[in-house]
Amino acid sequence: MTFFAEIIEGLRISWSAIRANRMRSVLTTLGVIIGVLTVTMMATAINGLNSAFQTSISIMGADVVYVQRFPWFMDHSEWLLSRNRREITMEQVRGVERQLTTAKAIAPVAMTRRDLVYQRRNGGAVQIIGTSEKQVETGSLNMSQGRFFAAAEVEGARPVCVIGYDVATRMFPNESPIGRRLQVGDRALEVVGVVEKRGRFLGLFSLDEVVFLPVTFFFNAYEQKPDLRIDVKVGSLEGIEETREELIGIMRKLRKTPPGVLDDFAINQQDAFVQNFNKVGGTIASLGLFVTGLSLFVGGIGIMNIMFVSVSERTKEIGIRRAIGAKRRTILLQFLIEAVLLCIMGGIIALLLSAPITLVVAIFLPAALSPSIILIALGVSVVTGVVSGFVPAYRASQMSPVDALRTE
Amino acid sequence: MSLIDIQRISRLYQMGTETIHALRDVSLQIQRGEYLAIMGPSGSGKSTLMNILGCLDTPSGGKFVLNGSDVSGMDDNALSEIRNREIGFVFQSFNLLSRSTALQNVELPMIYAGVSKGERLERAMNALVAVRLGDRVHHRPNELSGGQRQRVAVARALVNRPSILLADEPTGNLDSKTGVEILSLFEELASKGNTIIVVTHEEEVAQHSRRIVRLRDGLIAADELVQKNGAMAAAAPVVSPIPVVVHSGPPPVPPGVH
Repeated sequence: MTFFAEIIEGLRISWSAIRANRMRSVLTTLGVIIGVLTVTMMATAINGLNSAFQTSISIMGADVVYVQRFPWFMDHSEWLLSRNRREITMEQVRGVERQLTTAKAIAPVAMTRRDLVYQRRNGGAVQIIGTSEKQVETGSLNMSQGRFFAAAEVEGARPVCVIGYDVATRMFPNESPIGRRLQVGDRALEVVGVVEKRGRFLGLFSLDEVVFLPVTFFFNAYEQKPDLRIDVKVGSLEGIEETREELIGIMRKLRKTPPGVLDDFAINQQDAFVQNFNKVGGTIASLGLFVTGLSLFVGGIGIMNIMFVSVSERTKEIGIRRAIGAKRRTILLQFLIEAVLLCIMGGIIALLLSAPITLVVAIFLPAALSPSIILIALGVSVVTGVVSGFVPAYRASQMSPVDALRTE
Repeated sequence: MSLIDIQRISRLYQMGTETIHALRDVSLQIQRGEYLAIMGPSGSGKSTLMNILGCLDTPSGGKFVLNGSDVSGMDDNALSEIRNREIGFVFQSFNLLSRSTALQNVELPMIYAGVSKGERLERAMNALVAVRLGDRVHHRPNELSGGQRQRVAVARALVNRPSILLADEPTGNLDSKTGVEILSLFEELASKGNTIIVVTHEEEVAQHSRRIVRLRDGLIAADELVQKNGAMAAAAPVVSPIPVVVHSGPPPVPPGVH
């Protein structure tokens, strides 16, 4: 008997056995359904988290490094060591602009929050970014209306601003914002441009609730000596290391850091986010794996249990088949197929259930049922079936034909 | 060469600390085409002998040559193949698969033999027609009478053209009329050259055969030829009790299976 014929026959027998015990089969499958459902939901959640992260991170630009007083991620002891660092000043920005040779664009960034008012409309506090015309390049900004402010306007500390997409729709719902005078804090600025929609960063805060204005105006109007960030666009991923090295040298010189003393500034890049995310993501995934593993384990035990029942119910049938010429392998395969079939049915039902659930979840969180998740779910079902069906099937295959025939 | 050649086989069972000798040094030769009954009271070892003859069990000692191959030392896989090819079982309680139709039941041995689907269907149909169940092929066992069920079992036993038809109390669950029906079917099969071994404790059933082997306490107590009287001779065609089988060609073809 060929292996293929054995599988076909096994499928036929299993299907009729499952149909003969409909209620029992459905109840047994329930455990697997829940198990596979958790697998699917977990995989969907992790997938959604990943893709949200990827989109967010791509906004940042992979080839941009950020020179700042502190690194993005540090623990308490690192914080204690570095909290006395001096601010990054505009002089240092100018120094970097003059000396750095390996960068495409350099822009200073000063940040604060101020209330927005237009006519009688109060827009609440939004993020105010003082920067230079180079921000277009370092921040990969696209304009939806108007223009970004020019070098001359930065030079002259002109009261002009460029607003984010959400600010534009909120403050100027019925008119073009270009040319209007928007009150930012206690100063009125002329809106010269609107940035295209950029979305949320990691689902945390909007990148469109923002007002860009000349950094020089920022010094005059809001804070005289803020702690600055220097955004450096390298232009290529390969060049990042070289630019880092050069930046460290220049910054140490500008900040007069004595030799032998660690850098008193940080050069941050997307990498730090990716690493941190992978750490968190790994924890979430392993925790999820544990929970799903547990529920699948319970489901598997249910299958194993019912397979033991099935085998002992059909001892006579096993005897008959063995007398007629079924080999041990044939019997083993028959019961394994039954267990796998039960689990696959559970897996398919779980997938059918998870589709609408995913749709509902997708309203709140980025989630999608991908082909790879479907494959994982079915694969997990098959593995559960094989693992939990093996012992009962093996026991069935090892029965002596004489004893099996003797049972009633 | 005998179809079945049993040389001094024994079978021991361990029951706790006690060893039970179900068979002690039994020797037996059966020729192709014989119709033989194995008789004996319960505990005589006839079931054990039947299990060994049917390759469901292996002897503890001795040698068993079936159709030229020594089966006493075979592993489980090889024995399964021997059962599939060489032996057709008919049981007291029919032992049909209840969820399968008559046709599917008869197909089963051929599935294990790896026969293609088309041929399987044709041979199963023919076998069922041969036992006069051509109009019941799609019925399940619970839709058939006892006699019909046993005829399905006979069709299933013969469909792989085995060397031996091995029947264990084939009339035990049937009323006397249907029992006679099955026995005359056996006689018909025997007259066509099939080798039939019936295990029974009923003298009446055994009298239908042509040779009776009587067991007692694990030993052969008697081995005799059946003398056909007038009444029985009418029921069955008179042939030589031990056919002088000289052909060594393919096994006899069961009725309707071509």
